Amino acid sequence: MFEIEAKGVYFKELNEMIRAAIKDGEKDITLKNVNGQYYIGTGLCEKVNITIDGVPGNDLAAFMDGPTLLVQSNAQDNIANTMNSGKVVVHGHAGDVLGYGMRGGKLHIKSDVGYRVGIHMKGQKKNSPVIISGGTAGDFFGEYMAGGTLVLLGLEVEDGTPLVGDYLGSGMHGGQIFIRGEVDPTRCGAEVGVMELTEADLKVLRKYLEDFCKDFDLDIEEVMSKPFEKLEPVMARPYGNLYAY
Amino acid sequence: MNHNYQKDIAGCGLTGLISRKRKRVSGAAISKSLTLMTDRGNGLGAGYAAYGIFPELPEHYAIHAMFDYESSRREMEESLRLRYDIEKIEEIPTTPVGSIKISPKLIRYFVKPKPERLRDANEKDYVVRTVMRVNSQIEGAYIFGSGKNMGVFKGVGNPSEIAEFYKIEEYEGYIWTGHTRFPTNTPGWWGGAHPFTLLDWSIVHNGEISSYGINKRYLEMYGYKLTLLTDTEVAAYILDLLVRKHGLDMRTACSVLAAPFWKDIDRMEEGEREAYIALRSTYGSALLNGPFSLLFGHSNGLVGINDRIKLRPLVAAEKDDMIYMASEESAIREICPTPDKVWAPRAGDPVIVELEDS
Repeated sequence: MFEIEAKGVYFKELNEMIRAAIKDGEKDITLKNVNGQYYIGTGLCEKVNITIDGVPGNDLAAFMDGPTLLVQSNAQDNIANTMNSGKVVVHGHAGDVLGYGMRGGKLHIKSDVGYRVGIHMKGQKKNSPVIISGGTAGDFFGEYMAGGTLVLLGLEVEDGTPLVGDYLGSGMHGGQIFIRGEVDPTRCGAEVGVMELTEADLKVLRKYLEDFCKDFDLDIEEVMSKPFEKLEPVMARPYGNLYAY
Repeated sequence: MNHNYQKDIAGCGLTGLISRKRKRVSGAAISKSLTLMTDRGNGLGAGYAAYGIFPELPEHYAIHAMFDYESSRREMEESLRLRYDIEKIEEIPTTPVGSIKISPKLIRYFVKPKPERLRDANEKDYVVRTVMRVNSQIEGAYIFGSGKNMGVFKGVGNPSEIAEFYKIEEYEGYIWTGHTRFPTNTPGWWGGAHPFTLLDWSIVHNGEISSYGINKRYLEMYGYKLTLLTDTEVAAYILDLLVRKHGLDMRTACSVLAAPFWKDIDRMEEGEREAYIALRSTYGSALLNGPFSLLFGHSNGLVGINDRIKLRPLVAAEKDDMIYMASEESAIREICPTPDKVWAPRAGDPVIVELEDS
């Protein structure tokens, strides 16, 4: 394991130090005393593990293509922007605009996430991104989603408290959202249908959640013990006629 | 002015803290917190507001003024002497900072209205009229602070430069706010740096208030004059109007600034629904539209609020009697590494913190 002391180090220098360590062949890097440095993991393509001690700054793992980042506390905004592959695990809550335009890899957040999570997410059969939050989410969850999977668990939420905000999946035209609890249809985008999970859905969901539970030492059976609802786009090209005449 | 900076695209950054027990905290803390977010601004504006820093003259209005010309100063002082008893005049203490090449003349006055001029008028209205008159009529003179027992320190520079310039670490206050600016639509100049203040209101803002034109015309009907070339100014005057003049409580005033959407009002219970309809109907022109996170300090507390769909970040934290709010959690942890609680306030849902004895 290779350690980098990050206390008071400016983000550009810190990221240069990380890149230099990777170039030297380090596969397992720990960043000590991080606080607010931007762009950690951004643009990295190597299969390395980076453990972050402290709160990393915005734009963590943007355009990332391969590494695994382990954040031991909370994280901020704009994680995994256009990320292509790899994994980010956050042992706390995280901020707004997570997984913007994300196209592959995994983002696991132990507790709450903010607004605009998973917007413009996309995916296809070979490469499909997954974001799982163990807590609650704000408005615009999965807005303009075009592919991939969003899962919201609300593990610590009391029954009756809404798990997710307004404009859920508004403009969604691909991908799927799984919510562990009941969804208020009046808070969903017009393009979205709320449906029960099929056997096939449950199989996929269990596979994703097994990995999530492993990261946070949770009991998969307990997580799966509550019913989920699934959201999917139900209209093809809902605005197809908008500019037709 | 030095424009030779490398541009990182960002937004403004803000930070604030309050000790509910009125423990006075050195300005070194707020500047450390703000300096962490230097890259959210671009060096074209930073500033701080502090409450409780003039305990020796707590009942005098601390008029902070900036002057472009000596003649502006003469003209304003003449007008001030006519209307106020001036207890003390001093240059706002500064120290040379290499990167700050030009600055206006910075003077503060500790004053009370002359009783024979004030007569039956409301004292605070009288002060507001002075601020409006000076800022709109005296060329090159701007009053940027007019509260009691509070100070404002702002200018063109980075957070650490402005803190050094004003020797912020030498002040101790129980409420602080700070702001680093990335001007988008309006010029970066000394008067355009945040905080914006009026009486004891101080505002720092990240975002852009796209309702500025509507808000400005509305405020002008009540005698406010908008002279500082930037959107944030409206927020200070709207609060003065709603809370001080119209007597709204803080939570109600916040629900005017970030009013619930009509579709959500429709879903409310009867009673609550009528109240919100009345508020939106009465104060439609005081609604702040567009993206914002705002912190406003006042003599009894600190309030943080987001726009209704959270288009700008805001994080809050609590440790003992201290509450912190900032654009980024790391800015809080820089000065409070182990808070008891950290949370992200929901859109339009204000965090209202008051001093324990208020």
